[in-house]
Amino acid sequence: MNEAAQAEAKSKLIHGATGDWEVVIGIETHAQVTSNAKLFSGASAAFGGEPNDHVSLVDAAMPGMLPVINSYAVEQAVRTGLGLKARINLHSVFDRKNYFYPDLPQGYQISQFQQPVVGEGVVVLDMPDGETIDVGIERLHLEQDAGKSVHDRLPEQSCVDLNRSGVALMEIVSKPDMRSADEVKAYVGKIRAIVRYLGTCDGNMEEGSMRADINVSVRRPGEPLGTRCEIKNVNSIRFMGQAIEFEARRQIDILEDGGEIVQETRLFDPRKGETRSMRSKEEAHDYRYFPDPDLLPLDLTQEWVDALAADLPELPDEKKARFVGDYGLSVYDAGVLAADRAAAGYFETAARGHDAKIAANWVMGELFAALNKRDLEIEASPVAPEALGELIGLISDGTISGRIAKDVFDIMIDTGDAPAKIVEDRGLKQVTDTGAIEKIVDEIIAANPDQAAEVKERPKALGWFVGQVMKASQGKANPQAVNEILRAKFDLN
Amino acid sequence: MAELTELSLADARDGLKRRDFSALELARAHLDAVSAAGDLNAFVTQTDEHALKMAEASDARLADGSAGPLEGIPLAIKDLFCTEGILTTASSHILDGFVPTYESTVTAQLWRDGAVLVGKTGCDEFAMGSSNETSYYGPVINPWRRKSDGAKLVPGGSSGGSASAVAGRLAMGATATDTGGSIRQPAAFTGTVGLKPTYGRCSRWGIVAFASSLDQAGPLTRTVRDSAIMLGSMAGHDPKDTTSIDTPVPDYEAAMTGDIRGMRIGIPKEYRVDNMPEDVDALWQKGVEWLKAAGAEIQEVSLPHTKYALPAYYIVAPAEASSNLARYDGVRYGLRVPGEDLIDMYENTRAAGFGPEVKRRVLIGTYVLSAGYYDAYYIKAQRVRTLIKRDFEQAFEAVDMILTPTTPNAAFAPGEITDPVTMYLNDIFTVTVNMAGLPGISVPAGLSADGLPLGLQLIGKAFDEETLFRGAGVLEEAAGFDARPDHWWA
Repeated sequence: MNEAAQAEAKSKLIHGATGDWEVVIGIETHAQVTSNAKLFSGASAAFGGEPNDHVSLVDAAMPGMLPVINSYAVEQAVRTGLGLKARINLHSVFDRKNYFYPDLPQGYQISQFQQPVVGEGVVVLDMPDGETIDVGIERLHLEQDAGKSVHDRLPEQSCVDLNRSGVALMEIVSKPDMRSADEVKAYVGKIRAIVRYLGTCDGNMEEGSMRADINVSVRRPGEPLGTRCEIKNVNSIRFMGQAIEFEARRQIDILEDGGEIVQETRLFDPRKGETRSMRSKEEAHDYRYFPDPDLLPLDLTQEWVDALAADLPELPDEKKARFVGDYGLSVYDAGVLAADRAAAGYFETAARGHDAKIAANWVMGELFAALNKRDLEIEASPVAPEALGELIGLISDGTISGRIAKDVFDIMIDTGDAPAKIVEDRGLKQVTDTGAIEKIVDEIIAANPDQAAEVKERPKALGWFVGQVMKASQGKANPQAVNEILRAKFDLN
Repeated sequence: MAELTELSLADARDGLKRRDFSALELARAHLDAVSAAGDLNAFVTQTDEHALKMAEASDARLADGSAGPLEGIPLAIKDLFCTEGILTTASSHILDGFVPTYESTVTAQLWRDGAVLVGKTGCDEFAMGSSNETSYYGPVINPWRRKSDGAKLVPGGSSGGSASAVAGRLAMGATATDTGGSIRQPAAFTGTVGLKPTYGRCSRWGIVAFASSLDQAGPLTRTVRDSAIMLGSMAGHDPKDTTSIDTPVPDYEAAMTGDIRGMRIGIPKEYRVDNMPEDVDALWQKGVEWLKAAGAEIQEVSLPHTKYALPAYYIVAPAEASSNLARYDGVRYGLRVPGEDLIDMYENTRAAGFGPEVKRRVLIGTYVLSAGYYDAYYIKAQRVRTLIKRDFEQAFEAVDMILTPTTPNAAFAPGEITDPVTMYLNDIFTVTVNMAGLPGISVPAGLSADGLPLGLQLIGKAFDEETLFRGAGVLEEAAGFDARPDHWWA
């Protein structure tokens, strides 16, 4: 490790009472496969609906029912695997994970245990300080979601809603390669970006279509891995930071007091911002995994996988590289824009035929701020990317100044009008006629002899005159022209 | 018209076509026989009204020329097949009141071809048993009785109700299922023909699952030809069962040419078990002679892993069963015995709902799949299974079919076998066939020393039921089995 890297690693350490600790984190992400039908039943996988609206005989585990694999879900899992630069296993097996629970009608979940459809891969994280971190992917497998127990419908009894029962999930398991909450946030954000690019999961954490379980352990730097705890129920990226920081601190406190970490599953409580024990290793289920005899092994051909690979859209990393290479954006700007497929698309449309760097600044600055303020997704932007491009064109060709452009943009957001129309209607066109500007300059110099005298002593004071002229022209005067004329008047060239 | 129940399925089919009698008459004759056969306890549910309606519809189709291949034929259905709108119990308390909203693929195909439902037959609970004594609805009784003491006997299992109904002339044929011998052993015990088709030949969709990788539906009939006719309707690819195979269904009846000249028949030396009763061994020898006389070549073959088949089966089948039966939890259908909390309700329901044999197998299955035991039991059993398959593959390089006894003994009396392992040994000649996924057929071939039917089993290559029917037809004709049980039950 070089010095810089050592310093970098050190900065992620947590200071305990007895020295520094390193936190080690791995993530299991559950991503609902974007598909009309469930994994094995053909019933609708739509979100919502009245309880038990989307339930087939298979989902309710009626006697004699058999699962039939949804080939589209397999395709989606393989595409996701390709997006994670992972090995695709041409032979994989569905297993039964056996346990009793009312929201699990079969008494087992069909999952993939020993032979998942996707093997090892890698995800690259771009940290805000410019550092990039490789996080290994251990595997991705397909499995069924469970239903939901409802406890507040009847006073004495619980109800079961099987709408979710059998919905296809991809479980993406990372290696324990993360060392801070920030890395975890970046990792989950990156996974989300990749699945959204691929259209294999909508990444919607509020509706639960993407969930993450976090495995946390701590150790002294350089020592072997410590005992880990798994944190469940962390349903937003913000809570992940809280949960990890709480859990790491809890483990450090125990170890520093001479205690031992008990391997267990813990639940995150978002209201209290803490984790609490759910079940210990001893209480853990023996799932009695075995290959599901109702399903043949999943055998894919390399040709089929290759065809999917050839059809993959450009992914965030490639897009970022292209934005840097083709448009000359900074790595950071390129990364921000490429993180979201819609934002990247918006940017490229806005930049078409215009200055890309200016376009990037506008998208990441004015546009993001305006959308944020109105709580809008970029797809719902009142300003179309073509219109923003047009606005940038008006700046570049000198029709309006950058400052006026901001006013025009605000009007575009409110009215949706085209920028040229706004400029025309409101007479915001920049004055480049030097005669007209000179006239204003002369008037202002004549009216302010004291300031004029000051400029002769201290040329920097010229700025005051520039401001006055701009004000008198209601911002429409071309600032460059104003500057030049003023300098000429005061013989400053 | 009592004699209508004496017809074979094939003869009834032809008689219906000639309009010698109507489907309604045929149905009534069988329904009367069922009503008079309460002592056999073959049925869990009689479906008289249903049968009469179906028979009327059959008559209409026979009249307008749109009759199907099984038009008007009264069949009994093992109560493991889900039937739409009709109670389906698997002979278990835990399925109390369960009326499916769907029809199993196999039975749907039978109705499509015009068959008439007489009723749902009893079986061992969840098809777990070899004597029908584990049924919640009481044991089915074999129409046959011992000469020596006249004792009532078990019909075998698990498809004992179907076998009893066919042997007792209560139905012209019946559906059954076979996981380790559940079609062939009852066929042997009741003097009927039982076929277990190749795994994947018939859809398992809508059949209450016992052990998914071994379960296969097949027909129980009184003749080999009837078996061929029924399989033609039951077989076929089903997109709802991905383990069913998409291969054409041949004309099985046409395969019964009676010509087996030059065919090679294997006799597995490992099937000469210790203590095999003389009558069973003698019948096996007769079988060899009959086939030889018909022009077949007989040769010894070796299936070296035979002795491991039964132990391996009693790991694989319970393992799958323990998982398949997890859905009977009192939450959605069937029996629910309330409890103080969820776990209590589960325990009460399953304690009351399952009988001792089912519980035994669920426990064995849970044990062999448990962490720490999985490799030693389940994985090892699967390896044995692979070796058994290979044994057969190698044998079938040299022969076209294999001839064995169906069972090591004739039917016994209820309560006579109480040790589970002794009971399991009843499947010793049949279970290998399930482990290898092959087709096997039991043909009634003679009587035991005590006057009870004994069966011979032919085992065929995967998806070669045609050759099996051809061989079984020859065996049937040579044996000329025409013994009948006394009609003591009515």
